[in-house]
Amino acid sequence: MSQTSSTDQIERSVLIKAAPERVWRALSNPQEFGTWFGCRLEGQQFAPGQRARGPITIAGFEHIVFDALIERMEAPSLMSYRWHPYAVDPAVDYSKEDATLVTFTLQAMENGATLLTVVESGFDKVPAHRRAEAFHMNGKGWEAQLRNIERYVTQ
Amino acid sequence: MSLSKTKGAAALAPEKLASVFAALGDPTRLKLVAVLCAGGAFSIAQLTTGTEISRQAVTKHLQVLAEAGVVGDLKQGRERLWQLEPHAIDEARQALEIIGREWELRLGRLKAFAESTP
Repeated sequence: MSQTSSTDQIERSVLIKAAPERVWRALSNPQEFGTWFGCRLEGQQFAPGQRARGPITIAGFEHIVFDALIERMEAPSLMSYRWHPYAVDPAVDYSKEDATLVTFTLQAMENGATLLTVVESGFDKVPAHRRAEAFHMNGKGWEAQLRNIERYVTQ
Repeated sequence: MSLSKTKGAAALAPEKLASVFAALGDPTRLKLVAVLCAGGAFSIAQLTTGTEISRQAVTKHLQVLAEAGVVGDLKQGRERLWQLEPHAIDEARQALEIIGREWELRLGRLKAFAESTP
C-alpha cells in the first residue's frame, strides 16, 4: 500500500509554451523566482543544502518571509525545497516542526513546450494546530491572489 | 453521510478540521481508513485479520477516528461494525484543494512570466 494518503500531498501541473531551459531559469534564478512567486530574493542563492529567505511582496502578506531549504537542483529537470507551509507568525519558531517538501519537475514536450509539475507533500506530518492555521491562511491567501490576478489581467 | 453539504472553505471549523488531520496523521489509522475506504461495514475481527495489531489497539484507533468524525459505528446484533464517514475526509481534502489552488495561481503566474520574457 502506498504510504501517501489523499490528505498528504498536492500535485498540480501547467503546460508552458517555453523551453525547459527558460522555465528552469524562472525557477532556479532567485530573482526570477521572486518575480512570479511574489517575494524578494535578491542576493539569495538556490543551491542544495542552502537556505534562501526573502520577504513576501504580495499585498497584505508583507510580514511573511519566504524561507526555504533547497534540497535538489538538477538543471533543467528537477528542483526541490523544504519549507514550513504558512509559517505566518513571526513570533513562532517553526524550525522544530516537520517541513513539507516542494518538488518541481520539468518535462520537455512537443513544439518546445514544457510540462511543469509541482508536488507538495508531507501534510500529514504538519502539526494539527498548524494545519488549521494553514487552512485559515490559505483561504485568505486565495482571495488575495485572486485580486492580484485580476489586477494583472486588467491593467 | 450528510445530505446538504456546504461548499467552500468555511464548511468545517479549523479546530474540527485539525482533529481530522490529526486523526489521519498516524500510519495505523491511515491503514484502517484505507481498508474502510473499500466500502461497507467491518467488524474488529475483520479489521485485525492478517495484521499484527491487537483488537484493543484497533478499537482505540477507531475511537480516535470516530471522535474526529472520520468513521462511525453501528450495532448488528451483539457485534459492533465500523464504517467510513466520507464527509470529514472530504473536508480535509477540500483544505488541500485550497492549497492546491494557490499552487495553480503561482504556476499560472510562472507560465505568464516564462512565456512573456525570453
